[in-house]
Amino acid sequence: MSAADGTAREARRFRLPAINPVWFILAALIAAIAIENANFLAPIGYMNFLKRAAPLAILAAGQVYVIVSGGFDLSVGSLITLTVVGSSMLTNNDPAATYWVIPLMLAMGAVVGLVNGLVVSVLRVPSLIATLGMMITLNGLAFLWSGGAPRGYLPETFRFFGRVNLLDVPLVNILPVALLVMIGVGTLLTLLMHRTAYGKLLHAVGDNPRAAFLAGVPVARVRVTAFVISSLSAVVAGILLGGFAGVSTDVGAGYELQAITAAVIGGAQLLGGRGTVPAAMAGALTLNAIFTLLNFLGLPKPVRDVVQGLILIAAVALATLRRRRAGR
Amino acid sequence: MTVADAAAPARPPRRLARRFERYAPALILLLAAASYLGVVFGTGQTQYLTADNLIAILNRSIALGITAVGQTFVILVGSIDLSVANLISVAAVLASFIMKGEASMIVPAVIAVLGVGALVGLVNGLVITKLSVNPLIATLGMALLLQGALSANFNNFAGSVPDAWKLFAYGEIMGLPVGLVFLAVLALLAWFLLRRTRLGSDMYAVGGNRDAARFAGIKTDNVIIASHVLCSLAAATAGLYLAARLGSGAPWIGRDGVYDLESIAVVVIGGTVLAGGRGGVLGTMAGVMIFSLIDSVFNVAGVDAFAKQVLRGVIIVAAVALYAARSKRFAA
Amino acid sequence: MSVFAMEGITKAFPGVKALSDVSFACAAGEVHALVGENGAGKSTLMKILSGVYQPDAGRVVLGGETVRFRHPVDAIAAGVSVIHQEFSLLPDRTVAQNIFLGREPSRRGIVDERAMERDTARILKSFTGEHGISPQSLVGDLSIAAQQMVEIAKAVSVDAKVLVFDEPTAALDEAECEILFAIVEDLARKGIAIVYITHRMREVTRLADRVTVLKDGEIAARFDDVPEPQAIVAAMVGRDIGEFYPPPAEPEEIGGPLLVVEDGGNARLKNIALTLRAGEIVGLAGVQGAGRTALAAALFGAEPFTQGRVSLAGARVDIASPRAAIAAGIVMLPGDRKAEGLVLMQSVRDNAMLAARAAGRMLSGIARTPFGTQREIDALLKAVDVRAGSFDQEIATLSGGNQQKAILARWLALKPRVLLFVEPTRGVDVNAKAGIYRAMRELARGGSAILMVSSDLPEVLGVADRVLVMQAGRIVSERPRGTSEADIMHDATGEAHRVAA
Repeated sequence: MSAADGTAREARRFRLPAINPVWFILAALIAAIAIENANFLAPIGYMNFLKRAAPLAILAAGQVYVIVSGGFDLSVGSLITLTVVGSSMLTNNDPAATYWVIPLMLAMGAVVGLVNGLVVSVLRVPSLIATLGMMITLNGLAFLWSGGAPRGYLPETFRFFGRVNLLDVPLVNILPVALLVMIGVGTLLTLLMHRTAYGKLLHAVGDNPRAAFLAGVPVARVRVTAFVISSLSAVVAGILLGGFAGVSTDVGAGYELQAITAAVIGGAQLLGGRGTVPAAMAGALTLNAIFTLLNFLGLPKPVRDVVQGLILIAAVALATLRRRRAGR
Repeated sequence: MTVADAAAPARPPRRLARRFERYAPALILLLAAASYLGVVFGTGQTQYLTADNLIAILNRSIALGITAVGQTFVILVGSIDLSVANLISVAAVLASFIMKGEASMIVPAVIAVLGVGALVGLVNGLVITKLSVNPLIATLGMALLLQGALSANFNNFAGSVPDAWKLFAYGEIMGLPVGLVFLAVLALLAWFLLRRTRLGSDMYAVGGNRDAARFAGIKTDNVIIASHVLCSLAAATAGLYLAARLGSGAPWIGRDGVYDLESIAVVVIGGTVLAGGRGGVLGTMAGVMIFSLIDSVFNVAGVDAFAKQVLRGVIIVAAVALYAARSKRFAA
Repeated sequence: MSVFAMEGITKAFPGVKALSDVSFACAAGEVHALVGENGAGKSTLMKILSGVYQPDAGRVVLGGETVRFRHPVDAIAAGVSVIHQEFSLLPDRTVAQNIFLGREPSRRGIVDERAMERDTARILKSFTGEHGISPQSLVGDLSIAAQQMVEIAKAVSVDAKVLVFDEPTAALDEAECEILFAIVEDLARKGIAIVYITHRMREVTRLADRVTVLKDGEIAARFDDVPEPQAIVAAMVGRDIGEFYPPPAEPEEIGGPLLVVEDGGNARLKNIALTLRAGEIVGLAGVQGAGRTALAAALFGAEPFTQGRVSLAGARVDIASPRAAIAAGIVMLPGDRKAEGLVLMQSVRDNAMLAARAAGRMLSGIARTPFGTQREIDALLKAVDVRAGSFDQEIATLSGGNQQKAILARWLALKPRVLLFVEPTRGVDVNAKAGIYRAMRELARGGSAILMVSSDLPEVLGVADRVLVMQAGRIVSERPRGTSEADIMHDATGEAHRVAA
């Protein structure tokens, strides 16, 4: 066969769906919610929805870094808990403490991410085991720190980020601070993933670590950075959750799986190489929209778990099927 | 030929590494025993050095041991099961809910629980093989399903088990706890299955080299499904045991025991490689003993319960690292 | 009377026509050699015979009847067994367990281990004599040669009527080869039809009754009596040999020493002394496992030297990692393109920019690297003639040759001083091959030093200005351009090493 034939054939095969299906799903779900409950279309309705979804969206934006790098980060839920519990212990009702506690929490998150990343890339422990181990450890630390029963409240200065709505904002009337944080973090992580060399190297490492190593990519550094980003996103999510959910030792429970589910709904490929930050965040909104819808339909909370489990399996099964159709 | 393949001069070190891996569980077990002795003598609490106490130490790990025997099968075929903890909860709750303290309901309850276990394993296996879903995700999804189904119906201790069933945890056979004898028998059966039967041989083949197994005419999907059914049956049995031990099932007992991670860790410490194809149930039993000993060291040393949890997390990761760090593959 | 006959077999893969109208047959007790260059279609033909692939056209006749194998198991059941290049053995299982994999003697699901081991011992003894392979040994503990015995025993033990040997001597030393030859002859005497795939003329002369030469998926020649090796080689290479390979370096083009290794060694290499000069292409030959790729990996820092000295343009360098090598101007095109080169889910352009980006700052934009902008790297992709609808398309959609050229562009972007090419034309079609050879020669002309590792001997002889031959982790000889395949094979497997040692 001639080279021209090959080019034509290759060009045909390249024409894959350009728009990520998660956006259509999200749009459909939001339409469904709006039909079910017209109040949703008022600023207070959708702004509250976005506010509630913000922690998960931020978490998913961080988690997708680790997934693209070829791993999982299951420690984020317990890191959220530790952030909330730790902040309440440290601030101890002192509004002024917020200004040093938040940087300290972020530093703690960076250390957790660093340890996760080093255990995975230097000690070569599968990330699943490494971060599950971290999860047990951090949960234990949260209990240890609070003596089993966290006391105290977070000061208003701390709860500002998760709870406060800015009022009298032009166009939308109210604007939750959490949404601003979500947009800020989302923009930052989108740019890092899709507009820098780091993002490209991260995809390469997740796709084929051996090839990346042989092309001179500092594989360990790239991987560790992904875990640090994931952990930092968990701390930010924890700060928001501490704002509107209050202090308890199970505030972060289950978030790790939700974050992974969100990334997978957004089309991130497990075991690495493919995934985008905006789609992962859309996946988080989708998951929250599903939960909201279930709520409107009057289904009990545990059904959430069942639905989330089904979605997780279905999303991965569909992705596998689509890849096989595409011949890869 | 790739850069990584083994040329002739590289063979002796590799063989040495294999030897190390074969005896590593025994070495770690010795180390754990030594540190136990060290703590006992160091704190002067020599009353802990009796045969009864040794049995008591092991007796605390029955549920973990039963679960780990099952986990050994799935890891050997190169899969994994993260749904065991929630299945244990489901099994325990279901058992005590059906029994409701009536000895006459023991048989129906056991049948129902094992039936649910087999079904869960079957679904896990089918999703993994027929839908090609990554086993981590398939079983995580199953874990969520089970948790949702459970908490939709129960939020506290449900029912109770009759005294006859409590014998499973508290009875004795020839001076040994029934649970311990049961675990020993179960381990022996698993050993026999892996070493002496076609199915066992096929499991090693599927985990070692799936293509080679397929070329040899082995129905690899069926082998993977079978291993998942065995694993879930074991987890359901662990739930039955815990119901006997606690007198009643509660929806959190599986989670609280961290049986998913701990069973995987115990299997890996016992020398079964996560990629599959190498290892066995005797190593897993060594792994269970290592964990029990470490636990006892903490108890004797009087470590705080939460600090113990922290240390366990660290030790699990460190133990896996001991095996993983030497493999040249890139971990994910 | 043929045991099996393949008639008019045609098979295409995306981007490559692997076989067109190939017929091939083998009689009982006959050793039929199947030769051809890499990518000529030998393995594809045998994969069709053994049920791994189904032909697009043509048929397979076995024992007088047309058969359609949907699965290797069907072929094995019908008596067709293949001894693969890559062993399909389980290293953690015993010899007996491997030989009886999937068909263990058993009663009610319980394996009769004693019977299995007894039969294994009998099978091993029947054709290997006493070679000390115990049925209970773990396969992973055996030498490569012994593993191959097990592989053969596995194939024979199913009452094979047809046995295919796919380059069986690749990893064997001279003495082990002799044992293998004896086994092959013995099996033929027992009436088994044997297809013997090899690169080595010596083996064809020694064993074959008939020879078929494949070239570019077609039958180039068939000899019912084994001719002189030259006739076979001529048929393999074709007539355009002069056009195919670029001219060698003129003496004045070869400059001073660029990369010098003294007494280099690691777990797989010993006493490596090597000088690569600017403007020169050095070929590295040797049998599989001789340490050729290990040497390239050591020079590139992927599996570094643990002893010895390496200097580049007179200055000592410590190459502890690929990053260090790249910083020093040494690059490697890996041999296993898919496993070690390509990032399949990324675009052609991202693949070409990977090394340049890795050498830059992590937070720099995606269009800029220390070694040129995106536009410059696009130009480079065009210069090496990567044919793609768009450089944005995923590299997985390109043919092997175009993928290899994109990887070449990845390294050319760095303007390296030393290039290590490992199996540069594996799985690449003929046209692209010539393009890669030309690119190598142009790089050499531009003052780079080039080391080419290839198991394709005609290619080494055609491209290299001189050839180094390795054996058991050492460089055992150096041959000038124009040396013969036989000389190199002699050095690679023969007595030269023993003299040197």
